[in-house]
Amino acid sequence: MPEAAALPLDEPRPPRKLYRSSDGRWLGGVARGLAGHLGLPVVWVRLVFVGLFLADGLGALLYAAFWFFVPLGVGGVGGQKPPSLVTTETSPDGRRRIVARRPDRGQIVALLLMVVVAMVFVGSVNLGNGAKAYLLPAVLVAAGVALVWRQADNARRARWVEVGRRRRTLTLLRAGAGVLLVTAGVSAIFVLQGSAAHLGSVLQAALAVLVGITLLAGPYLVRMTQDLSEERLMRIRAQERAEVAAHVHDSVLHTLTLIQRNAENAGEVRRLARAQERDLRAWLYKPEGNGKDETDEPTTLADAVKRNAAEVEDKHGVPIEVVVVGDCPLDERIGAQMQAAREAMVNAAKYGGEGGAVQVYAEVEGRTVFVSVRDRGPGFDLDAIPDDRMGVRESIIGRMERNGGTARLRAVPGGGTEVELEMERAEKT
Amino acid sequence: MSDPTEANGTTAGAEATQAADGGSGRHARVVLVDDHRMFRTGVQAEIGRTEQTGVEVVGEAADVDQAVTVITATRPEVVLLDVHLPGGGGVEVLRRCAALMADTEQPVRFLALSVSDAAEDVIGVIRGGARGYVTKTITGSDLVDSIFRVQEGDAVFSPRLAGFVLDAFASTDAPPVDEDLDRLTQREREVLRLIARGYAYKEIAKQLFISVKTVESHVSAVLRKLQLSNRHELTRWATARRLV
Repeated sequence: MPEAAALPLDEPRPPRKLYRSSDGRWLGGVARGLAGHLGLPVVWVRLVFVGLFLADGLGALLYAAFWFFVPLGVGGVGGQKPPSLVTTETSPDGRRRIVARRPDRGQIVALLLMVVVAMVFVGSVNLGNGAKAYLLPAVLVAAGVALVWRQADNARRARWVEVGRRRRTLTLLRAGAGVLLVTAGVSAIFVLQGSAAHLGSVLQAALAVLVGITLLAGPYLVRMTQDLSEERLMRIRAQERAEVAAHVHDSVLHTLTLIQRNAENAGEVRRLARAQERDLRAWLYKPEGNGKDETDEPTTLADAVKRNAAEVEDKHGVPIEVVVVGDCPLDERIGAQMQAAREAMVNAAKYGGEGGAVQVYAEVEGRTVFVSVRDRGPGFDLDAIPDDRMGVRESIIGRMERNGGTARLRAVPGGGTEVELEMERAEKT
Repeated sequence: MSDPTEANGTTAGAEATQAADGGSGRHARVVLVDDHRMFRTGVQAEIGRTEQTGVEVVGEAADVDQAVTVITATRPEVVLLDVHLPGGGGVEVLRRCAALMADTEQPVRFLALSVSDAAEDVIGVIRGGARGYVTKTITGSDLVDSIFRVQEGDAVFSPRLAGFVLDAFASTDAPPVDEDLDRLTQREREVLRLIARGYAYKEIAKQLFISVKTVESHVSAVLRKLQLSNRHELTRWATARRLV
């Protein structure tokens, strides 16, 4: 029953679906899920379940049905993905989060409660003596099934949240306990039936039936799973192809058109081609694929250097070759260094661009970040520059020194100028 | 991303090549391996004017099987090898041509020529035995010069390759399996850094007060270490370096 209640929708969100809550739950998360869905306090729902349970076990049946049919979600309400979305929907979620951190206590409480309720139930229900003998095994079976089902939930949840891989032994233990309980319950029923003598033959018969069914249905099942996975693969491929096509269409064709229009303007053509090449490279060879986050501010040194170089390259039409060794997150000091480096790149492109590509090299070694920008231009003499020219003194040397780094300018033996910037990373990043 | 600097590991030879080649009698037989016909044609047009460049393109191949066949048949001195190839990539070609590379009489040498920016691709072919790596944006004259360098047994390190190599060795600071083999010396590191910063061999020699020959031998040593180093960290490095 995924669509439990059709609520009026006046928000553009996808229709609210009933999910079982995965955080802060006691057993299956049914009560919390329902509470979130209906907008009621969890305690009420739990009390209702307990009350129904006393009515000849109806609550337990209902709970089991919910557990079986309703998919597990995050939080109380329909947020499949971000938990933050959920916090806004269910007001007391902040508190719940804290409960969720220590699920064990909740589970213990739940267990105790269940035992108490079960005892009350057993005491209140008046069954025949023979039936009562089945009760204990049945409870055992139910407990085992509950355990295994919870396990399945955890596995599903782990796939979403990708946690819980460190508690593998616990997982195994729980699954084992569940299976054990079920087995114990089932065999108890057999024993109670007084057919302990026939147990062997009964098991054999059951095994024979199982094997028979497997033989009959096996090939179909295998075929089906194969088909399914193949279909999935095809779908993924198609999706990927569509994405590539979209990207190529968007950027490459666009650039080619621009190039055709600007065919006489060699500089513009070169700039366009270079920008396109860079773009496509980033898209094709980036570890996580698709450079879609291009509008985001860079957060690491490598990104910042590449971004700056790309922008200067585009603006001044001088190729800049970037080599980055290692990487680190940006902090305030490194940010200042990046600005200085950018200034150096601009200078190199402006004054030394005729000699060929500008070479930018950045390296992170331990806590030290080193950036070198070199051009192959005519070179220049810092002392020969008038004092009112602030570009180099202020933007590069001054900025580096104010932030606790050093900047060195020097003439390169083979011609050209090299700016070396060195900065320690901030203590706490 | 472009040109003169890309192979400036190759000294001032760029101009020298154009001027002096006709007379100096430098000659190299080359096979082009690349799955893009357009690109092969372009390279052929740029370097294949034998009387000017001294380079003679004796064969072309578009995939791994073809490449192995052509290389075995023509026994070129240098193979320009694309990293991405149908049938297993450049690494597969290198693997299947290992015997030809090891030949002491007339070894076949490989120069990786790639558009790829992925460090693992590039390091892969270098470890497979290629003597150098240049990007496809290289100019014709620089490429010619690189070919001759490789033919003579030198290593051709572009700044980008130097960066990749530094990266590969830097992030494997874990206790090395084989110290002598797996660690770059201080000097080799310095040389690599200067290459990555865009210095030509001659400039590096001046900067470090050593001879060009010494620079070359450092670079060759780095290449050897990279090719021989068998620590599994190098393969794991590609993933590890993103976690910084």
